[in-house]
Amino acid sequence: MKKMISILSFIFLASFANAQDVKMADAMKENGKIYVVIAVMLTLLAGLVLYLVRLDRKISKLEK
Amino acid sequence: MRRSWWKILGVLLLVYTFIAGLLIEVPRNPQLQETIRNLFFHVCMWFGMMILFIVSFVRAVMYLRTNKHIHDIASRQYAGVGILFGVLGYLTGAIWMSYTWIDSNKSIFNSFDTIAREPKLIGAAIALLVYAAYLVLRDSIQDIDKRARISAVYNIFAFAMLFPSIWIIPRLLDSLHPGGSEGNPALDPGSASANMRLVFYPAIAGWTLIGVWIATLKIRMKILYEQKLSQ
Repeated sequence: MKKMISILSFIFLASFANAQDVKMADAMKENGKIYVVIAVMLTLLAGLVLYLVRLDRKISKLEK
Repeated sequence: MRRSWWKILGVLLLVYTFIAGLLIEVPRNPQLQETIRNLFFHVCMWFGMMILFIVSFVRAVMYLRTNKHIHDIASRQYAGVGILFGVLGYLTGAIWMSYTWIDSNKSIFNSFDTIAREPKLIGAAIALLVYAAYLVLRDSIQDIDKRARISAVYNIFAFAMLFPSIWIIPRLLDSLHPGGSEGNPALDPGSASANMRLVFYPAIAGWTLIGVWIATLKIRMKILYEQKLSQ
């Protein structure tokens, strides 16, 4: 029984430690630099979408 | 802009994907770490590709049934954007795997021999090459009706080839890629948390809508071009 408990607690602790030890970009979220990345990506998306919208308008004009 | 509500929806879904995709909590997986967020981008390319190829296949069948030229144009353009999505999926996968699959005791170059044997990569390459042959075959025929008919038939063959090459064979063999013999690469409940699904499904819809938008633009351009030629 004692052995069981110690094994179980070891598994529990090991899984807990594993979840915490994985290196993620936590610092980026804390200091907010992740928003810089999002801003860059959204700007790229906006540029591409704007290009598509202009193309769509131009084709619509030609169709008339 | 013609019939624009779904275009706006697609853009909004992508904006949501870009923001939420980077900000939500993701599972702390020791091998993937933050790269797990690539699910919203890399995997969506393959979903988009599959949906565009299905549309292309349906239009090819419709051409054979009705002989209307518009279906032929649509089939060709949807296949073109589908190939674009597939190539982007392949490229993004190449970047992702260089950071998660390589053996850290070996150089990237020396890890290549295991990566090159990946059944998923070989299957996807076969599928894309079959579709690339579709474009080559199509452009090699001068006569318009003959070209439309032969390429529609080949399109159906290429679509049928997708199933063994990307759906069946990679799942029968062991692979580093998720969703080998143990299940589904993206929809497996074990690999993506409920949180990630909230972004993943809208991301698929968003990317696909953008792909459809590009395809419709190309179809309309092609129609204008042919009208100009016939004048």
